[in-house]
Amino acid sequence: MPSVGAALGGGGATAAPAQRPRRNWVPYALLLPGLLWLALFYATPMVTLGSQSLQEGNVYDGFVFTGNLSVYPQALSEYWPQLLRSLGYAATATFFGLLLAYPLAYFMAQKAGRWKNIMLILVIAPFFTSFLIRTLAWRIILSDGGVVSDFFERTGLINLLEWLTLTTGGTLLNSKFAVMAGLTYNFLPFMILPLYAALERLDPRYMEAARDLYASGWQTFRHVIWPLSLPGVVAGTLLTFIPATGDYINSRLLGNTQTVMIGQVIDSLFLRVLDYPQAAALSFILLIMIVTLVALYVRRAGTEELV
Amino acid sequence: MTEHPSGDLCLEQLSKKFESFTAVNSLDLTIPEGSFFALLGPSGCGKTTTLRMIAGLEDPTSGTIRIGDVDITHVKAHRRNVNTVFQSYALFPHMKILDNVAFGLKRRGDKDAMRKAQEALDLVELGHTAKKKPNQLSGGMQQRVALARAIVNRPNVLLLDEPLGALDLKLRRQMQIELKRIQSEVGITFVHVTHDQEEAMTMADTVAVMNAGNLEQVGPPADLYDHPASTFVANFLGQSNLLTSRVTGLGGDGLATADCHGHEIQVAAEHIPTGVRDVFVGVRPEKLRLDRSGRNHLDGTVTDASFAGVATQYLVRLPWGHEVTVVQPNDGSPRARVGESVDVSWEPGSEFVLDASQDQDAGMFDTGLRDA
Repeated sequence: MPSVGAALGGGGATAAPAQRPRRNWVPYALLLPGLLWLALFYATPMVTLGSQSLQEGNVYDGFVFTGNLSVYPQALSEYWPQLLRSLGYAATATFFGLLLAYPLAYFMAQKAGRWKNIMLILVIAPFFTSFLIRTLAWRIILSDGGVVSDFFERTGLINLLEWLTLTTGGTLLNSKFAVMAGLTYNFLPFMILPLYAALERLDPRYMEAARDLYASGWQTFRHVIWPLSLPGVVAGTLLTFIPATGDYINSRLLGNTQTVMIGQVIDSLFLRVLDYPQAAALSFILLIMIVTLVALYVRRAGTEELV
Repeated sequence: MTEHPSGDLCLEQLSKKFESFTAVNSLDLTIPEGSFFALLGPSGCGKTTTLRMIAGLEDPTSGTIRIGDVDITHVKAHRRNVNTVFQSYALFPHMKILDNVAFGLKRRGDKDAMRKAQEALDLVELGHTAKKKPNQLSGGMQQRVALARAIVNRPNVLLLDEPLGALDLKLRRQMQIELKRIQSEVGITFVHVTHDQEEAMTMADTVAVMNAGNLEQVGPPADLYDHPASTFVANFLGQSNLLTSRVTGLGGDGLATADCHGHEIQVAAEHIPTGVRDVFVGVRPEKLRLDRSGRNHLDGTVTDASFAGVATQYLVRLPWGHEVTVVQPNDGSPRARVGESVDVSWEPGSEFVLDASQDQDAGMFDTGLRDA
């Protein structure tokens, strides 16, 4: 028997080198469509936009590439209030989104039982209507004499908003409040879904273990539930903050001249003023700001510790 | 923690219903302070529900739970001086091992939490893993961390929910010894839930056997084994040969005679439940012998023999077709072969006697499934 085994073993050993290590091209082939897509619709426009920002001229006489970098400080000094405002509005919308979404996602993931799927569908349902129409609907929701407006007047909350300079003239519409409310609403599903995914994976036995180890409800949340849901929090806040910063629909439809956001500025520079270099430069500034903030945030949240 | 009750853990008329299903039915149990107590039963018998009610993770439908004189029935889980070692360990994955162990102490504001946690880790011989995360530890190590995390709080009662279920056989044996050592060292009341009868018998001072939400029998392991009170206990704890018999009369020497399928056998009169004539005479396999040395004997044919090193297990068919299990030590005496005619004998008094109005196979099917 041992000799047979040895012979078989020897045969295997000689056969092995004959099999040349084949280059496995399948993974690269699978990457290809995605790479092509990115090259065509991401890298190319970025390069175009970058070169556009360094051009001079106008639409009638044409633009010429001059490598003129001064457009950047110019754009920044002219539009920094809109830039900061956008970041502020987006941060506020993200904060309130988190505040609204977290308990809802927690309930859906841990307590809803057979209602879970119905609730999920309800969360996704707004996507069946276009972003623009949903935002327009908020004009009706917040309009004078409507239920919401009535409620704010009766409870005196309108005075609080006035005092906070979130609204002016006793109306909810066309105000900072309306813009931030619209942003919060529009990006809420992007907050709820990642939170739901994270909280759904949360094993209820950890909560039981915490209770068993003398943790009160708040302590259980603070020391167990919240840290274990951080991946969802990070994903949700990013998915809300980033698009909210660049949004220009909410501020146009629900705001006033004092609530102009950077997206709106870029939009009008491109399509109305036709100052392409300045618009392209502002786009880049916005991009760099967001990337920097996100990098700092992700680093701070320490995502590598979360998995 | 407003009070630190100590004393025996008493369950009185404790019941838990889930909609129409009764998980625990009017349970009365006293678990002495400082004892190692096992709740044994097949899955779904209500033992884990009982444990969760003691921990405060489940609200009883009725009844009371007391530790000493203090009623803790409606005390919230995080205010009970009771800790649990969960079957799944439930170590917090985002915390280091030491932080896991210190969790309970910190929640109670113990200033010395870290030092005590380190000591508890040393007690389970895992002091060197303090800075690791739970997923860097093996199952057996996680198990010991879960134990350290519970006992570090010096609870009045430590609850163990099938704590060794996920470990392989060898590790389980080791941990059984380890658990016993730690229990005697810390002197905390341990309530150990298990479906493994061997584990319950080797570890606990007292075993309570549960079946379908009811308590079948409570007692020291040897008492339960030698004198089971029901066919369920007889079959669930080890193996039993139950011979259908009818008590025919009292003899001398405290012995009674019984008719077993036309064969006269003798049983200890004190073993017969009062007022019962149709009985099962139960004899454990190792108390049966394949010779005529015992005063009770029957003849039979060997239908199966399986060698297991220290002993050989035979199946012997009796004249009326019933098969009994006989376990003989491999002490050098000749072994019987399959098909051989043999004598099966035992000594009167080594049996137990049960009322024959019960289901003869109670507790057996589950055992078979588990072993399979």
